[in-house]
Amino acid sequence: MEERSRLCSVWLGSETGILKGVSLDRKQAFNFCNTRSLSREQEIRALCWGDSAESELLVGCLDGTVRTFSTEKGVFTEARSFGDPQDGGYCGLASLRGSAIITCVECGKLRVWREDSSGPVAELDAGRNVCRMRQSPADPNRVATGGKENGLKIWDLERPEKPLFTAKNLRDDWLALRRPHWVRDMGFIPDSDKVVTCTGYHQVHVFDPSTPQRRPVLEAEFGEYPLTALSLTAAGNAVVVGNTHGQIAVLDLRKGLVRGCLKGLSGGVRALQCHASQPLVASCGLDRFLRIHSLEDRTLQHKVYLKSRLNCLLLASRALQKEAVGGPAEGGAEQEVKEEEDEVWDSMEQVEEGATKRKTPGGDEVKKKKKNKGGD
Amino acid sequence: MDISEVHSNQGNKSKKKKNKKTVKAKAKVKNPEVKEESSTVEMKTEPEAAFPPTFSVSEIKNKQRRHLMFMKFKQEKRKQKLLLKKKRKKEREALGDKAPPKEVPKTIENQRVFDETTVDPEDEEVAFDEGTDEFSAYFNGLTNPKVLITTSDRPRGRTVKFCEQLATVIPNAYVYYRRGLALKRIIPQCVARDFTYLMVINQDRQLPNGLVLCHLPDGPTAHFKVSSVRLRKEIKRRGKEPTEHYPEVILNNFTTRLGHSIGRLFAALFPQNPQFVGRQVATFHNQRDFIFFRFHRYIFKNEKKVGIQELGPRFTLKLRSLQKGTFDSKYGEYEWVLKRHEMDACRRKFQL
Repeated sequence: MEERSRLCSVWLGSETGILKGVSLDRKQAFNFCNTRSLSREQEIRALCWGDSAESELLVGCLDGTVRTFSTEKGVFTEARSFGDPQDGGYCGLASLRGSAIITCVECGKLRVWREDSSGPVAELDAGRNVCRMRQSPADPNRVATGGKENGLKIWDLERPEKPLFTAKNLRDDWLALRRPHWVRDMGFIPDSDKVVTCTGYHQVHVFDPSTPQRRPVLEAEFGEYPLTALSLTAAGNAVVVGNTHGQIAVLDLRKGLVRGCLKGLSGGVRALQCHASQPLVASCGLDRFLRIHSLEDRTLQHKVYLKSRLNCLLLASRALQKEAVGGPAEGGAEQEVKEEEDEVWDSMEQVEEGATKRKTPGGDEVKKKKKNKGGD
Repeated sequence: MDISEVHSNQGNKSKKKKNKKTVKAKAKVKNPEVKEESSTVEMKTEPEAAFPPTFSVSEIKNKQRRHLMFMKFKQEKRKQKLLLKKKRKKEREALGDKAPPKEVPKTIENQRVFDETTVDPEDEEVAFDEGTDEFSAYFNGLTNPKVLITTSDRPRGRTVKFCEQLATVIPNAYVYYRRGLALKRIIPQCVARDFTYLMVINQDRQLPNGLVLCHLPDGPTAHFKVSSVRLRKEIKRRGKEPTEHYPEVILNNFTTRLGHSIGRLFAALFPQNPQFVGRQVATFHNQRDFIFFRFHRYIFKNEKKVGIQELGPRFTLKLRSLQKGTFDSKYGEYEWVLKRHEMDACRRKFQL
């Protein structure tokens, strides 16, 4: 188990309650659970890293337990139950400075738990029908929530009384009708306060808390089906969104235009994540496949069949494949090749006549062309 | 013009050489090889004939003449083919038992691209997934199927008859008039009345062309294209009207994970305990992603022979999408959607 779990660079949570690890080097997938004690109650809804070294994995289940999985030992080390199972499944999990855990459930209770105390340290109400909670990668105390008829809210966990920012609903449409609200996923844009959200009404919105404007500063649309997942690219200037029909697009955040679509999916997208350093994006969903696309040329790099419907996805921040780790080594090899080539070239005799012969007519032609151009 | 002629002459020369070689090699074979180049249809007669050795029929400018020559050419070809076939048959007969086994013809089914989702019956995880899915209540014998059949608004002609005949095939099925109701409003009422299936037949220009099959109370929903519907009346040599006995169900060829889900969806339409007295079988046969439905009555004539009689109706289905949850085409999450030109780019790849 230990060896296996160390190999894995992609972690997935499935609807059947199985935690899956995929090693792209070996092109293998492993199940980390007891096949005998499976139940649908343990459906994995959220995944996050327990510490910055990525040795612990927090797994949020539907029945309200959060299990800790050690990637070094390859076993579940701890299971804690937070809150009522009646509150609904987890819509977000995050760790706070290693020791504390932030949990958010569908009914809107966002709580911070410490390891030693049994009760929550801080609790806040994010409103009903929360679809997703996300933590800011830059400031761990800052979280964003949003859901159905529940606009984007950004909270500071130090001051849980009032949200830092509450989004205002969109302006009424041209028939003076209210526009419905449904935030499905959000992401913090690095190096700025901005937050990008995707909605169930196929819109992508960018909110900027640093300005007084509470409506989105950028509105974009993609497709005609609800957008379910979103992920920012490493550079932060584009966002990858996926919808319920299995269409994934890369949207540019400067003007909100589609840069390109990623192909090959056949079922709705449940989770998306871009790699922290490499230009790769991983997607999983109802078609039971993990797919990894390149963001540069948008081709499908890997496709792994994982047998259950997949709910959530987590990438390790290290390189996904060893070949990529050996990037500099490869470069070295190339250099060697070049040196060899140089040797080959050096050892060859110089043939001057042929070269001059070839050159002369070519040069003439160029001159002629130039003359022609001048004549025109 | 000149240039092209020269070119063709050159070509002829080279071909002549080739021909000579072939003639030498196969001195006793009467018919020289017909095809050398696949791109052009070539007419070749024996070297003594008046035509140049590489003569293409398409070069003849007179249409009637060209047609005549082409017919001749075709006839010749066919004769040769038949000869070859006869020869092979003779050889086989001569060899008797030692004859090499016959080659299996290549079809796109047996050349199928391997699908990694093909279900392994011993796989624990898939077994668990299937054992706890939405149909598990039916397969564990906890619920009995009860089907509501309705149509799109204002059904006409064949669609009405099709619904009626479907209701005779599926036991415990009720046909209701749609009355302009929205499906999303029908579904809660169906759930309240213990229906396990909602079947909606869509029609276009008075012909049934779509089928929405929604499993209740919590999905999934499949959307099919319906084609080549033949009602009972249009079937030749059909049997008498079907009886009310529960039919047996045959599901053929549903091998992948998606195919399994679809197969379970069909299986759960019929009661689990078939009444063998009725000797009726409903068949869902999947071939190249088309699902053929047939309804038969069988009889064992003696220990070896079985007679079957089609009862009708017959139709063909093609899966368009499979959606998780009950019918919600706008906000529902799709488990599988047919993406044309993306999925069917490879003719040897099948989804079911």
